[in-house]
Amino acid sequence: MHFTNSNHTKQNKHRPIKAKSLIHKTNIDIMDKVMRMSSEKGVVIFTKSSCCLCYTVQILFRDLRVQPTIHEIDNDPDCREIEKALLRIGCSTAVPAVFVGGKLVGSTNEVMSLHLSGSLVPLIKPYQSLLYQAN
Amino acid sequence: MNTTSTHFVPPRRFEIYETTLNQVSMWEESFKNNGGIFTPNSIIIPTDAKLDSLSEDTSHGTPHKFDQEASTSRHPDKTQRRLAQNREAARKSRLRKKAYVQQLETSRLKLIHLEQELDRARQQGFYEGNRVDTNALGFSDKMSSGIVAFEMEYGHWVEEQNRQISELRTVLQGQVSDVELRLLVDNAMKHYFQLFRMKSAAAKIDVFYIMSGMWKTSAERFFMWIGGFRPSELLKVIDKLVFHPWLVLLPHFDPLMDQQVLDVCNLRQSCQQAEDAVSQGMEKLQHTLADSVAAGNLGEGSYIPQITCAMERLEALVSFVNQADHLRHETLQQMHRILTTRQAARGLLALGEYFQRLRALSSSWATRQREPT
Repeated sequence: MHFTNSNHTKQNKHRPIKAKSLIHKTNIDIMDKVMRMSSEKGVVIFTKSSCCLCYTVQILFRDLRVQPTIHEIDNDPDCREIEKALLRIGCSTAVPAVFVGGKLVGSTNEVMSLHLSGSLVPLIKPYQSLLYQAN
Repeated sequence: MNTTSTHFVPPRRFEIYETTLNQVSMWEESFKNNGGIFTPNSIIIPTDAKLDSLSEDTSHGTPHKFDQEASTSRHPDKTQRRLAQNREAARKSRLRKKAYVQQLETSRLKLIHLEQELDRARQQGFYEGNRVDTNALGFSDKMSSGIVAFEMEYGHWVEEQNRQISELRTVLQGQVSDVELRLLVDNAMKHYFQLFRMKSAAAKIDVFYIMSGMWKTSAERFFMWIGGFRPSELLKVIDKLVFHPWLVLLPHFDPLMDQQVLDVCNLRQSCQQAEDAVSQGMEKLQHTLADSVAAGNLGEGSYIPQITCAMERLEALVSFVNQADHLRHETLQQMHRILTTRQAARGLLALGEYFQRLRALSSSWATRQREPT
């Protein structure tokens, strides 16, 4: 009843729904959703409005002349499940979760380590704008 | 012990020889009266009594063994009871000794801590304003044991740091093999990493304490950034190795190669960017915290929901302290990667001495203030 856009739901409408398969399906749906959201072009960051480290990461990318796609998951009804999914994918903390070119980079720790080792800029080079962005 | 008893009798724990009954009950009473621990005075008598009881049956220094063998054949019961009672008394004595030693250790730790507090109070010119945490009623809370432990550990850390710096200084003035130097550099790095672990544990217990820097000296506190030194400070120290051409005239100088110069420049830039980003995040946290505390109508006198909300936001402060230490950790790590062993040794020596100078400044300043005008 609260599934949104999966094709599977339509098929199972007239079948008796067992609890286990319900949960399993929800997880797959959420994972699909996260995959879809994260594979958008460029730098994608999952954040929460209350999270100040998320803000830190956004500031860093702005300083690097990158305009990331921000998914603020507070207001998403699947917020909790998305957080769990992000952890399951391998992010050290659910938010901020940074993806570049569809691949998971990690959370604040990973982003900072990459940047200090000089490996972040080559990764985001294709997405850097030529002009300095003033936010 | 070669004595074998042909008539093995299990020790009857509660049967006590009449002449030593008084002594044992004296020990027990003494132990109980002192709240389960032994004070120095009370332990002297039982020790003597114990020795007396052991030598009771030996005559003129002949080995105990002879007596046992002689007695076994004549009075097996008596000997067995005596042995059992001895074992029991010895066991109890060991337990009391253990308790006493533990009490001594605790007192010693307390003493060290008090001495450090005194030192710090002297350094600050007896400024006690923010040394004690006050709760809502205005009474001072004792520092939690975890924080006390951290302060002591930190004291040891500084001592070890000073020792390492002296060693580096001595070794770099003479001839030293790369192997030995690498060991010293690795130890110095591990020492810093150990500090970050200690701080992380302490931040979980009381993040405000770490943020306040009360565990550092006054000058260090003045330059503090989110619970410690600025990562970019570390690179300022390396500057002198890189950009001062006159250093080439010094013996044993290892000029940086072009690639290294480039790497250090890049590191300086990314370090600054990371630091700025974290600083701005921290500012945002402060704003949101202040907003939480000030939410609603100020002046009505009831504010539990605001406090609750602020408490939740405070959890984020721990992540920031950890992130700041992460930046320090990674900057050190990168410096270690870019520089040669010798360069890293000189860099670590320079950094260590910089902090020593800050601590010396704090002492100097405190002494200056206490001079009568």
